[in-house]
Amino acid sequence: MPFDLLVLACIAYVAILFAVAFAVERRTAAADGAGPPRWLRSPVVYTLSLSVYCTAWTFYGAVGYAVRSGLEFLTIYLGPTLVFLGWWILLRKLVRIAKTHRITSIADLVSSRFGKSPLIGVVVTLICVTASTPYIALQLQSVSLSFAVFASDTPAGWHLDRPAQTAMWVAAGLAIFTILFGTRNLDANEQHHGVVTAIAVEAVVKLLALLAVGAFVVWGLAGGVADVLDRIAASPVAGWELKPDRWTGLIFCAAAAIITLPRMFQVLVVENADERHLAVASWAFPAYLLLMSLFVVPIAVVGLERLPAGTNPDLFVLALPLAEGQGTLAMLAFLGGFSAATSMVIMEAIALATMLSNHVAMPLWLSLPRRGAEAGDLRRIVLVARRVAIAAVMALGYSYYAMASGTAGLAAIGLIAFVGVAQILPAMLGGIFWRGATRAGALAGLTIGFSVWLWTLYLPSFGEGTVIPAAVFAEGPFGAGWLRPRALFGVGGMDPLIHALFWSLAANAGAFVAVSLITFPGPLERVQGAAFVNVFAEGEAARGWSAGGAGAEELLVMAQRILGEDAALAFFRDAAAAQGKAGWLPDITPAFLDALERRLSGSVGAATAHAMLVQITGGATVSVEDLMAVANETAQIMEYSARLEAREAELTRTARQLREANDKLTQLSVQKDAFLSQISHELRTPMTSIRAFSEILRDGELPPAMTVRYAGIIHDEAVRLTRLLDDLLDLSVLENGTVQLAIRTARLSDLIDRALTAAAATRPERRFSVQRDPEAEDFEVTSDTDRLAQVFINVISNARKYCDADDPALRIAVRRQGGQVTVDFIDNGSGIPAESQGLIFEKFARLTDETRAGGAGLGLAICREIMQNLGGGIAYLPGRGGAAFRVSFPQVLKAGDRAA
Amino acid sequence: MGQHVLLIEDEPSIAEAVRFILARDGWRVTCHHDGASAVEAVKRHAPDALILDVMLPGRSGYDILHDLRAAPATAGLPVLMLTARGQGADRERAAAAGANRFVAKPFSNAAILAELRALMAEAAPAGRAAGDA
Repeated sequence: MPFDLLVLACIAYVAILFAVAFAVERRTAAADGAGPPRWLRSPVVYTLSLSVYCTAWTFYGAVGYAVRSGLEFLTIYLGPTLVFLGWWILLRKLVRIAKTHRITSIADLVSSRFGKSPLIGVVVTLICVTASTPYIALQLQSVSLSFAVFASDTPAGWHLDRPAQTAMWVAAGLAIFTILFGTRNLDANEQHHGVVTAIAVEAVVKLLALLAVGAFVVWGLAGGVADVLDRIAASPVAGWELKPDRWTGLIFCAAAAIITLPRMFQVLVVENADERHLAVASWAFPAYLLLMSLFVVPIAVVGLERLPAGTNPDLFVLALPLAEGQGTLAMLAFLGGFSAATSMVIMEAIALATMLSNHVAMPLWLSLPRRGAEAGDLRRIVLVARRVAIAAVMALGYSYYAMASGTAGLAAIGLIAFVGVAQILPAMLGGIFWRGATRAGALAGLTIGFSVWLWTLYLPSFGEGTVIPAAVFAEGPFGAGWLRPRALFGVGGMDPLIHALFWSLAANAGAFVAVSLITFPGPLERVQGAAFVNVFAEGEAARGWSAGGAGAEELLVMAQRILGEDAALAFFRDAAAAQGKAGWLPDITPAFLDALERRLSGSVGAATAHAMLVQITGGATVSVEDLMAVANETAQIMEYSARLEAREAELTRTARQLREANDKLTQLSVQKDAFLSQISHELRTPMTSIRAFSEILRDGELPPAMTVRYAGIIHDEAVRLTRLLDDLLDLSVLENGTVQLAIRTARLSDLIDRALTAAAATRPERRFSVQRDPEAEDFEVTSDTDRLAQVFINVISNARKYCDADDPALRIAVRRQGGQVTVDFIDNGSGIPAESQGLIFEKFARLTDETRAGGAGLGLAICREIMQNLGGGIAYLPGRGGAAFRVSFPQVLKAGDRAA
Repeated sequence: MGQHVLLIEDEPSIAEAVRFILARDGWRVTCHHDGASAVEAVKRHAPDALILDVMLPGRSGYDILHDLRAAPATAGLPVLMLTARGQGADRERAAAAGANRFVAKPFSNAAILAELRALMAEAAPAGRAAGDA
């Protein structure tokens, strides 16, 4: 068949699988809450999905096996058949345990049983990955081989004699398909309805394909059933002896594989939707296997007769129709083999990825230092881990294929995997049937069995000299003959497979039992051991226990902690009333637990609520997925409470600010009252004089001298009143910052001259000397020069007024530095008392009663306001002999200098 | 006539006005300007009535009055207070401190004379009764 057409057919077939998987996922999502559609949960789909057991090895390899070893291929079917027919009780127990404990993989099962040991999880995962790698390689090989046989007219650059090229494309394609449908979402119960349905479709295809080829061989090439039987009797296939040791060993191997292969555990246990499906599968799956094996011998016999010598018997199924010119049938056979290979790889990859992410990647990630913000992305990280794991599993399979291709027949590689995963069997069976099994025992058995398997079967499978030097095969490592990979303890002459199977499992089981007997289980191991071994009894026991009041009471206590006392009591009372009971302890029915869980999940999150209820009712223990979900929720709650705390701190801060603002306002209000009272006094005093004297003048009968004097007083008081009002207005404008500054440039010496002249009006009778440095003041300033002069006048007037020296003198010192100007006014009086220095700039801070000389005591307050408006300040300099004031301001006033 | 009034008022112009008004009405008036030494001045001058300003340098009128009422010699002295306002807190405070009558600034000359006469009229019967005993 042309290469292009074949590739197209493969792609079309995968597209159909895509469509099936996608449609089912859509239906499942649409029926949200109700779970997958009913027909999907049928035992038929379940049974068909189990056929993932029949890989390309079974599809192509069984015929090859028959050609090489006669009826021995039947062992591969007999093992599972025996398990399903005779041991379905064991399967039911596995399914029940998995459902109760939310088991997600075989690694999870064994690790959960032995006290949720992370180490055991890692070891089992390691065994599964190691054992599955050649098995995946086998599928890649079968697809590329069949491709090589089938395709013709290959394009230039494509070398069918280099099947690795095909295998790589197949591996990549399958990785993409698996990632797309195996990790679409993260379902806590690890069920993949879409993929399982696609696998079921493939099961039908491969069965039909094999039956069709078989029918063609029997009725098309041979002369019917009787003729075929005659041919079989005459062929070498019938002549093979039955080797009892190999038969026993292989049947055991296959039986173990049906429950320990990661993909089988996945479809058999994890994807199981209903325990009752097992009842149907217990006969339907053996029937499927029977149909799959029905035509193996006829195809082998007829193939040997008709096909040219040297044809690879592993490809008879494909080669026979091709040789007979049956293109359509060959195509069907090809697709059957393709189905068998792809379904195995997809399922195996999903199962391994689950293990790798849950038992290797997540523990590693969780052990990293936690950063709060990322905790919420746990689900995303799990999904990424799954996808990477799938790609990694595919890459491993491909690498093995590239390394070891051509060294062994299909069947041999498959059996290596079987023996590998069989190492899990002792720990698993011991775990679910023997309460005395301990973690240490399981660990010892698993590691020893795994090591023996690696040494005796796995590493030799690469061929002598590839990993283990040929000398070691002959003489053992370091000359230790008893350690020869194919003859441990000197027991040679055995079939290598049986040799490896026997020694690895014997060592494994022996170590498991012996170590279990001498070690004691930890508390969690004990609990889990009892729960696993007595999984059927436990449900009834738990029901009986919770029927008493104790469980309900405990639940109530917990609910009170979460919901608050009254709310919890009300909830329980209502539930009891609904059951027709008085009081507040209802029977613990599933309906009540559901309602309680829903109620609690509103407060603590669904996963946490579930975990809490489950811990108290003892119905099941908490799975890794649960714990992850709990951790996730806890992180969210912590983040939320951190936000609350921040908000609370903010509120506290705001409250404090409000309180401070309020204190300030109260203080301001008190100050304002005092100020008003002071103004009132300052206004009343001159008004009182004015009123009194004006009444005296109105009364008349005064000597002229008195009239003049009293009129003079009235005039002075009126002037004083006016000045007071001016000052108040000035201060108000300055304080509000609404004052309009008139910026001009003037020489500082001129400003001081002006101020001295104006201040001379104060106590003009007094002799008053002024000391200046003309050079120092000889520069220009740009500011509101009138306001600046007003401040100078005020300060100089104060000096003239209050300086108590006999020979009063004032020194004016000017300094200029970095654009800042300071003008110091220092007199030779006794200065201002230290206790008053802090008050002088306050309003109405009159230090003496010599009101005659001054105004209302607003002068320095106004000075301070002016200087702030001019971007500078005025301060009292203590310890300079007399009263000393320093006025400072920028030489050039710019916008922004002005103090707020 | 010729009763002696002591005026304690720091503002010279107001003191001069009150002195003129009272003197014209026939009172003998002594002025004192300082708050701190006011109680001493009252004891020294032993006036028939006291006119007391509230806002004084050194000491407030309320405190001075409080001391006067506490001393037996001046406990019954008729006191007219010059308050900032005629009503409200100032007046209540003056009454609480023991003032007999009040005049709010700015006052009319007639008002201060009327208050002073009323003050003396209230005090006279009690004074006579005390003298008879």
